[in-house]
Amino acid sequence: MDPSISIKHLDLSFGAVEVLKDLNLDVGQGEFLVLLGSSGCGKSTLLNCIAGLLDVTDGQIHIQGKNVTWEEPSKRGIGMVFQSYALYPQMTVEGNLSFGLKNAGIPKAEIAERINRAARVLQIEPLLKRKPAALSGGQRQRVAIGRALVRDVDVFLFDEPLSNLDAKLRTDLRAEIKELHHQLKNTMIYVTHDQIEAMTLADRIAIMRGGLILQLASPNEIYNTPACKYVADFIGSPSMNFLDGAVETAQAPRFTCGCGSFALDGYAFGHGPVAGPAWLGIRPEHIATGAAAEPMPIRLDARVRLVEPLGSDTLVRVAVGDQRFWVRMDGQSSIAEGDEIAIGFAPERVNLFDKHTEDRL
Amino acid sequence: MSDPGILSATVVGADAARDALAGPRGPKPRRRFSRRNIFIYGTLIVVALYYLLPLWVMVVTSLKGMPEIRMGNIFAPPVEITFEPWVKAWAEACTGLNCDGLSRGFWNSVRITVPSVVVSIVIASVNGYALANWRFKGADMFFTILIFGAFIPYQVMLYPIVILLREMGLYGSLTGLVMVHSIFGMPILTLLFRNYFTSLPEELFKAARVDGAGFWQIYVQIMLPMSLPIFVVAMILQVTGIWNDFLFGVVYTKPDLYPMTVQLNNIVNSVQGVKEYNVNMAATLLTGLVPLVIYFVSGKLFVRGIAAGAVKG
Repeated sequence: MDPSISIKHLDLSFGAVEVLKDLNLDVGQGEFLVLLGSSGCGKSTLLNCIAGLLDVTDGQIHIQGKNVTWEEPSKRGIGMVFQSYALYPQMTVEGNLSFGLKNAGIPKAEIAERINRAARVLQIEPLLKRKPAALSGGQRQRVAIGRALVRDVDVFLFDEPLSNLDAKLRTDLRAEIKELHHQLKNTMIYVTHDQIEAMTLADRIAIMRGGLILQLASPNEIYNTPACKYVADFIGSPSMNFLDGAVETAQAPRFTCGCGSFALDGYAFGHGPVAGPAWLGIRPEHIATGAAAEPMPIRLDARVRLVEPLGSDTLVRVAVGDQRFWVRMDGQSSIAEGDEIAIGFAPERVNLFDKHTEDRL
Repeated sequence: MSDPGILSATVVGADAARDALAGPRGPKPRRRFSRRNIFIYGTLIVVALYYLLPLWVMVVTSLKGMPEIRMGNIFAPPVEITFEPWVKAWAEACTGLNCDGLSRGFWNSVRITVPSVVVSIVIASVNGYALANWRFKGADMFFTILIFGAFIPYQVMLYPIVILLREMGLYGSLTGLVMVHSIFGMPILTLLFRNYFTSLPEELFKAARVDGAGFWQIYVQIMLPMSLPIFVVAMILQVTGIWNDFLFGVVYTKPDLYPMTVQLNNIVNSVQGVKEYNVNMAATLLTGLVPLVIYFVSGKLFVRGIAAGAVKG
């Protein structure tokens, strides 16, 4: 099947500043793609290009097999949801939902029908006669989603839609968006800087930095086998621990650093073992402590420096020599600063990155 | 909290414990006649009196007959109130050949001000909207040139415009003057509107584009309903500016079409006959009435609009 959205060799520059560089991306039918990155990485710019709100410098954008590079936003078959909701303040909810349809010259009866359907799906039926000022943040964002919904389009674009909401509402609406996607099966592109949103919502995540896509893969793959050190560092909270050392391949591959030297049996090298300076990354949740550390192939003795109890987990900062680690422990573990504990991890859980290119080994 | 005994003890003993608090408690007491207050209110009252005094003199004088004015006592209220000077200023005072008072100038000013205000605001608001939301090529250049226009002194352009209007056959007509006022209002009004529209959320504009609205539709249906304050500000600026204008009025029109300000000057500065101070005062008050009413009616909106539009950018 044709991809729903296909971006070919897209360039965008503002004067001398190159924001997007030769970007290629295919999004499948009904796929939920999340563009993830820190601010300034070009993710919102890319979304605006897809929507047609920005003119591209070079390259093409295809939506549903049609080249829409020069099309007006309204003719591209997209609906868009914005961070600030962008509801028209002087119109009622109903007016907001019908504005685009009236512009498209759709008959009144059908407009009413589509609004009713969208209102039912989003449970905003009692709000139709209200003005946006009389709605709560969550209700406003629902109306904003409704405005995309009534357009009956194949592609939904979300530009950080949950960033203005408080934490609890964000979690609720996140689940609702996911349910909506299961229900409608539209293609959705979702821009966010929140990794939790990305991990929970996405079929695939595209991690962007400096106008380039660093890795485009399923959340699982991005979490377990990050393609480079930036991705490894960006995903996960607290972020991955990194050990500065070197890979040796004289006999079986080993990793040597300030805190010891250990065999890398079981690590899946991408292109076979390569010797040289490297980073070893291990996630806090993959480090075992105490008795559980005993069977681990790699074991170290550590001293607890800081304890952050979160209820569900306890984050512990430990020191091995001059190397600091974050370790995630059970929420109810009784541990205090100054304790001596054993930590351990398995080589198949670690990630190795070249010291200079920062690519995965 | 975990010990129920302590919890109940706090509840029961709360009032007693509160009454027992020693030392400063609650809001800090303020003295009404502190040295600070006396100084602040004293200064404000003196300044207010200073600015109100001329107005007082004008109002009182305009209600006195000439014999009473000749006695001096310009601050004293009128012994015998007469509206004769007001009637004379409005309907009978002579300027040049016409002896129908300020009424002629008033209607001239209305016929100048209303179209100038409407035309300049309509054009400037569309200008500002286009500059803020539709970034066309050369928009910055265009804007710079427009703003530059605001810094050229009027005297430089006075005579060239006379020639331009003459060549267009509009010299001495109200149409010509309306055109001049509209053009001269353009830089500051465009700046005002551009800054206001820039301060509106950009996503609203994007959402409207995704919804398929075009240039005029977004302007009329989305932007205009959100822009009442800035339109009020622009209206006040233009009404007072154009109503109070003297220079353009005297240069580009002829005696029959002189605006109220020019006529006022002619009444007050006429050299023949007795100086009728009461008529002069009444005429001046009549001329100033329109901007005054505008300020009083729309003062609140004016402040809101200034705060919303002019501070940013």
